Parts: sequence; structure tokens; C-alpha cells
Amino acid sequence: MTSVTVSAPLRRRSHMRVSLTRWAPIVLIAAFVLAAVFAPLIAPYDPNAQNLLARMKSPGTVSRSFHYLLGSDELGRDLLSRLIYGARVSLFVAFASVILSGVVGVLLGMLAGYLRGWVEVLTMRLVDVFLSVPAILLAIITVAVLGPGLVNVIVVLALTRWPRYARIAYGQTLSVANMPFVRLAAFMGASAPRILIRHILPNIIGAVTVVATLEFGLMVLFEAGLSFLGLGVQPPTASWGAMLSSGRNYLATAWWIATFPGLCLFLLVLAVNLIGDDLRDRFDPRSQ
Amino acid sequence: MITDGARQDEGPVLAIKDLRIQIGGIDVVDGVSLSASRGRILAIVGESGCGKSLTALSILRLLPKAAKIVDGRVELDGGDLAHLPEKDLEDIRGNKASIIFQEPIASLNPLMRVGAQVEEALRLHRGLSRAEAWREAVAMLASVGIPDPERRAKQYPFELSGGMCQRVMIAAALICRPRLLIADEPTTALDVTIQAQILDLMKRLRDEVGTSIIIITHDMGVVAEMADDVAVMYGGRVVEQGPVDTIFAAPAHPYTHLLLTTVPRLDGHRKSSLRTIEGIVPSVDQWPQGCRFRSRCPLATDVCAQRPPLDPVDAAGHDAACWHTDRLMELA
Repeated sequence: MTSVTVSAPLRRRSHMRVSLTRWAPIVLIAAFVLAAVFAPLIAPYDPNAQNLLARMKSPGTVSRSFHYLLGSDELGRDLLSRLIYGARVSLFVAFASVILSGVVGVLLGMLAGYLRGWVEVLTMRLVDVFLSVPAILLAIITVAVLGPGLVNVIVVLALTRWPRYARIAYGQTLSVANMPFVRLAAFMGASAPRILIRHILPNIIGAVTVVATLEFGLMVLFEAGLSFLGLGVQPPTASWGAMLSSGRNYLATAWWIATFPGLCLFLLVLAVNLIGDDLRDRFDPRSQ
Repeated sequence: MITDGARQDEGPVLAIKDLRIQIGGIDVVDGVSLSASRGRILAIVGESGCGKSLTALSILRLLPKAAKIVDGRVELDGGDLAHLPEKDLEDIRGNKASIIFQEPIASLNPLMRVGAQVEEALRLHRGLSRAEAWREAVAMLASVGIPDPERRAKQYPFELSGGMCQRVMIAAALICRPRLLIADEPTTALDVTIQAQILDLMKRLRDEVGTSIIIITHDMGVVAEMADDVAVMYGGRVVEQGPVDTIFAAPAHPYTHLLLTTVPRLDGHRKSSLRTIEGIVPSVDQWPQGCRFRSRCPLATDVCAQRPPLDPVDAAGHDAACWHTDRLMELA
């Protein structure tokens, strides 16, 4: 009797916790995405409008007719507006670089795993070379050479991160390509592109999605890192990394300038990683 | 519903002539000649490693990379396949000749609806529209005995049983009404009652489509049930071939004879232990000179060091490769 009354609420609570860790990150990311998409509608002020008379106002300050909900930065720009616009840069760079590197990496990985031979040797050794160099270092060097800017950052991130996808796609393709249904499709006269897209890709996309999700969080951090170093998007465009970088100088006098962008980064990356973990558990055959 | 009125010629659908396949310079298939007639079922029987699968795979040039056809011809409707460019083969595979593997579940893509997999060959070879191909696929699923084919066609392989999956595979293999179907141990992975159903199905479709079937098996029960003709292989060679009734009634090669005595009989002594053939198949590089069954054959004499020719035993197309066909009584 007691065991029944005790276990029922326990089970309910653990169930609630599962759905909370599952849904909270999704809600959070949805909020960031909505903020980024509808930035002009949501942001209270122009993110680049300076007000040198209201520099470094603390959160909640009302100065003239301006209401600085999250305070203002060293040039008197509204921090909340800049955060909302900054979400655009972070999310756009992350999305674009994940898609670009994912497409390139998966394509090369699948070709290596399906065609074997010299394609395999060439691609996978190249992957090894890329993965042996710290990606952020590679990114810094390439941006330094190509010059900073939004497009360059995306290209550079894709260039440095495709090997991750290539390796996972390669391994998965190797195992799927030997399945009888793939041999049968080849036998039936299906061409290599058809086999890769119709038969192999759907069977490896699960694993790739997990990697892509985890990479997404990393790309947000990389963009922030590059912007922090002044190699990302250029002022006055708002970017969380750049805001963090400039706010760092005023940490003692105006803690909010660096803290809020940092908090946004932290929450976004955390949410993305939680989703990635959840996806990995779902796609892992051992956990089913 | 299934008819093939286009070609009614009486020559063999498939003729293999003096086929030699090497792996690493060693003959694993050595001078095999076989033929499959229209609408008949040929069984290739033998132990593991006797070359039966290689022979069958070589027909459509599906050999593993290490294996090479070094000699011989493989003729489908008179055209040589052994030296056809890969590009022209694509037109034949799945279209004029088809294959079923032994693992039905693994032979289906887990993420594609079964209907889409059945229609794939049609769309590749006939260029049918999606709607037409789908309609044909559903009709084909119905004719391989899948109940409620409309609904089943939209399901994924995990929703089907192993026997169902093999029916789907047969539907996919036969949808282009091929001249030749190669079935590589099609029932090995299935339990016995389903086996019987699948074999019946293949026989029925053979009659409806007019496809010649080559069935590769080590199961004498399947041979007796299915085949019109049998080719017994040992050590990469055909040691005996002929109509199934003749061979079962009066085998002319000691290997066939011993193989048949290993099959347990319903009317045999219940307490007697199962018969076996002494010894194991020698590995490819240790085959004896001359007759390759010599090392395990109770009738072997010195003359067996010469390779025995595959000679007619009678006028009904029964051939055997043995010097001692007249001494088989000694084995009883």
C-alpha cells in the first residue's frame, strides 16, 4: 500500500523532469530564433543609436524618454536591442556554417565510404590532417588571411568543421553500404548518386543530425570567439562575442555590458547541447 | 495477369560454358557448364565452398572484387554476359535477370516503404510514372500473396515478418518479368512452414511469368520440392547433372549418392544415427589432382588421379563425372 502511494508521485515527478529537460531547451531556442527573426519588431530601440549622455547606465535606468531595460553600453546604446540584433548574427552564422560544413562533409564522407579506393584515402587522410589542428586556431589563421566579415566567418567555419561530418558520414556509410539492400539496389541498376541519396543518406542522417546539433553550439561559440578577437562581424554591427569583448573593459564599472551577452551565449549553447544529447539518446540503438 | 508473350523461343535462357573463376590465381570454379531452359527450375547443390554461389553470382557479374572470370562464356538469350561492358549490364540486371538474396529483412531498405522498393526496378528500367509504377507494385504484391497489398505497400519493412519480406523481395525481383531469376538460398533464413509457402509461390510465379529459376541451395529437401533439373557441384566443378527424378532415383556419382544418403528418411530406422560423408571439403589450395572428391571417396582408385570427364550416363541428359559409375552398388 505504502509502496504504491510513494511510487506514483515519484514516477510522475521523474516524468515531468524528463519532459522539462526535453522541452525547456526547445522553448529557449525558439525564443532566440523568434527574437532574431523579428528583431526590428521586438527591439525597443535602434541597436546602433548612440546616446553619449547616457553611457553605461545600469539596467532599469530611465534617462530622458529612454528606458534602458538591461542598461546601456559604453556608447549609450540600448543593451537589450543590441542583444536582440546580436542573436541574428549568432544564429545566422551558426545555421549557415553548420549547413555548409554539413553538406560538404557528408557528401565527401559518403563518397569516401561508398567509392573507397583513392577517394577514401585522399579524403580521410585530409580529414585526419584537419582534425589534428585545433579548429579555432585554423579558423583564426584563415580569417586573418581572408579578412574579417560575416561571409568570411561562415566560409571559414565551414572550411574548418567539415571533417567532423565527413568522418561520421564515412563510418556510417561503410556499414550501410555493405547491407544487402544497398548491394541489391546497385544490382537493380540504380546509379551511384541514386544509391547515395535514396538508400544511404536516409540511413545515416540520424547520426549526422546529432553531430550537427552539437556542432551548432560550437559554431555559436566560435563566432563569438572570432568576434571577441575582432575577426568576426565588424562594429557597429551587434554580435554577442563582440559585445562580450568590449564589455570586458568595463567589467568593474558596468558589469552588465559583458554579463548579458555572456548569459545569452551560455543559454543558447546549453540549450543546443541538451537537444543534441537528447537526440543522441534517441538515435542510439543501445538505449532503445 | 502476368504473361510474357513476347519471346517463346525454345533455346536455353541461360547457358554457361566452361566457366573458370579464379581467386588469387587459384581456380575456385573450374570448367563449369550449365544451362537453364525456359520456365524450368535448375537447382545448384553442394556444400559450402563448392563454388555454387560464385557460379551463380558470376552470371550477373556480381562476383566479389577478388574473384575473376578467366575463361568461359555466360550466355543469356544467346548474348554473352561475361564480356559485356558494365554499362550494358545495368540494362539486364533487375530487368532481364534478377536475384534474391538469402536475408530477406536485410535486403530491404529499412527507411523506404516496401511498395517503393518493389517499384524501383520498374522506374529504373521502364521509366514508368510514379502512379503507374505504384499501381503495378501493389498488383505485384497481391500476386505474391500479400493480403491487403494497398496498405502493406505503404508500410516499412520492420512492420512485416521475415516471410512477408521475402515475398516482397520476390515481388521486387519479378516486377520487370525477368527471363531469369537467381535465388541464392532463398529460404535459409525462414522457418519450415514459411519455406514451403515461399517455394510454392516461386513455382506458381514461374508458371505465370515464365521465368527460368536457378536456385542455389544445400538443402536436398528444397531440391526435391522445387527443381526440374539438378547440378551437383563439388570442388568448383559440376560432378553430376540431370533431371531431378533421375538423379534422386539413380545417382551416378558417389558424391551425389552419399549426399542423398545423408538426408534422414521418414521410413528409415528411427534409432539409427544420421549418416555423414567422411572428412571435410579440402580447402581450395589443397584439392587433389584429378577427381577432386578422390580424397573422400570410398570408391577411389589410381585412375581417379586423372580428371574424369562429365560424360552422359543415359540418353535423358543425365551426366556424371566419375570413373566408377558402374561400381556405385558397392556403396549401398
